[in-house]
Amino acid sequence: MSINTKIVDDLVANDISFVTTVPCKQLAGVIDEIDARPGVLHVPSNKEDEGMGLCAGAWMGGKRPAIIMQNTAIGVTINTLATLIQYYRMPLPMLISYRGELREPVACQVEMALHTKALLAQMNIPTYHFHTQSDADELNEILKYTFMCNKPVAILTDANFWGGYGDQ
Amino acid sequence: MIRSEILKDIAPILRDQLVVCNIGLPSQELHMIDDQPTNFYMLGTMGLSSSIGFGLALAQDKKVISIDGDGSVLTNFGTLPTIANNVADNYILLIIDNGSYGSTGDQPTYAGKKTSLTEVARACGCENVVEVAAKDTGKALQAALDGDQMTIIVSKCESGNIKVPVITMDPVVIRDRFMKSVQA
Ligand SMILES: [Mg+2]
Repeated sequence: MSINTKIVDDLVANDISFVTTVPCKQLAGVIDEIDARPGVLHVPSNKEDEGMGLCAGAWMGGKRPAIIMQNTAIGVTINTLATLIQYYRMPLPMLISYRGELREPVACQVEMALHTKALLAQMNIPTYHFHTQSDADELNEILKYTFMCNKPVAILTDANFWGGYGDQ
Repeated sequence: MIRSEILKDIAPILRDQLVVCNIGLPSQELHMIDDQPTNFYMLGTMGLSSSIGFGLALAQDKKVISIDGDGSVLTNFGTLPTIANNVADNYILLIIDNGSYGSTGDQPTYAGKKTSLTEVARACGCENVVEVAAKDTGKALQAALDGDQMTIIVSKCESGNIKVPVITMDPVVIRDRFMKSVQA
C-alpha cells in the first residue's frame, strides 16, 4: 500500500470528511487520494487562515475536518490558531509538508523551517515529526488524540519521509 | 442608516437562523440587540466570518448567514473564489458595507473608494450577487432565505457606531450553545 493511501485511510477511519488544502508538491499524492474518496469533501482554500475558518465551520456543522498545508503557513496562521481554533477549543489535525529540512533543494525554505518547531512549541501545539515512513504508523493514534482533546495538532512530514525530491 | 440600525431592522429575520457574525462591533451590536444561541460571535480572527459560515453551510443542510463587513472581506479576499467555486445553496453572505473600518474608528476602506465588492464578488464567479441600499437589507435577506440559491448581499450603508458593551461570554460557551443549535 502506498503511503498516500495509508494516510488517507487513517483520515477516513477517523471519520474525517472535510479537508481543505493549500497544495505542496510533497503532498500532491495525498491530495489526489483525497479527491478519489467520495466520502471526503475537498475544498481547496486560497490561504491557510481561510482554510482554518472553513474547518472551524465544518466542525461546528458536524464534520470532522483536516487541513493540509506547508510549514510556511505556520507564519500565516498564528492569530487564527490562537483566537479561533484554540480560543473556542476546536480540534484540527494539520498535515504539514515540512519544507527546509534535510534534502531540501531551495535555500529559502530553510528560513521558515528554522522557526517551525519553535513557533509550534510557543503555541503549545502538540507536534509530531514524520522522518521515516514507519513514523506514519502513529497517524491513527495522533488523529484519535486530536479529536479527544479538541486541539490543533501538527504533523510535520519532511523530505526524507517522502523519499526526497526525485531528480533534485 | 448605520450598521447597528440595519442589525436592529433585520434582527427578527435573523432570530431563527444560524448566524456567524463578524468580529468587533458587529458581534457586540447583534449580541446587545438580540442575543441568540443560534449566533456565533467572532471574538478574534478578523476576516473569517465568511469562511466559518461557508464551512458550516457545506457541512450540513440548515441555512447559514454570515454577517461580514467591507473591511473584513478586503482582509480575506480569497474567500470569494472559494465560495463561488464550491456553491452551497443554503449559504447567504451579507456584507454590510459602510466603506470604513468601523471597529477601529471608522478609517476609510478601499470599498468606500474605487473598489466595488459587488463587482469583485461577480468577477470571482459568484452568480447571485445583489447590492441594496441599507433600508432594503431586510427585504433582500428575506428573499434570499425564501429562495434556495446561494446569495451574496452587499448592503451599502453609512459609517458610524453606537456605544456597546464587549461580549464577556466564554468562547467555549458561545461555541457549545451554537453547536447545540446546529444539531437541534
Ligand atoms: Mg466596514
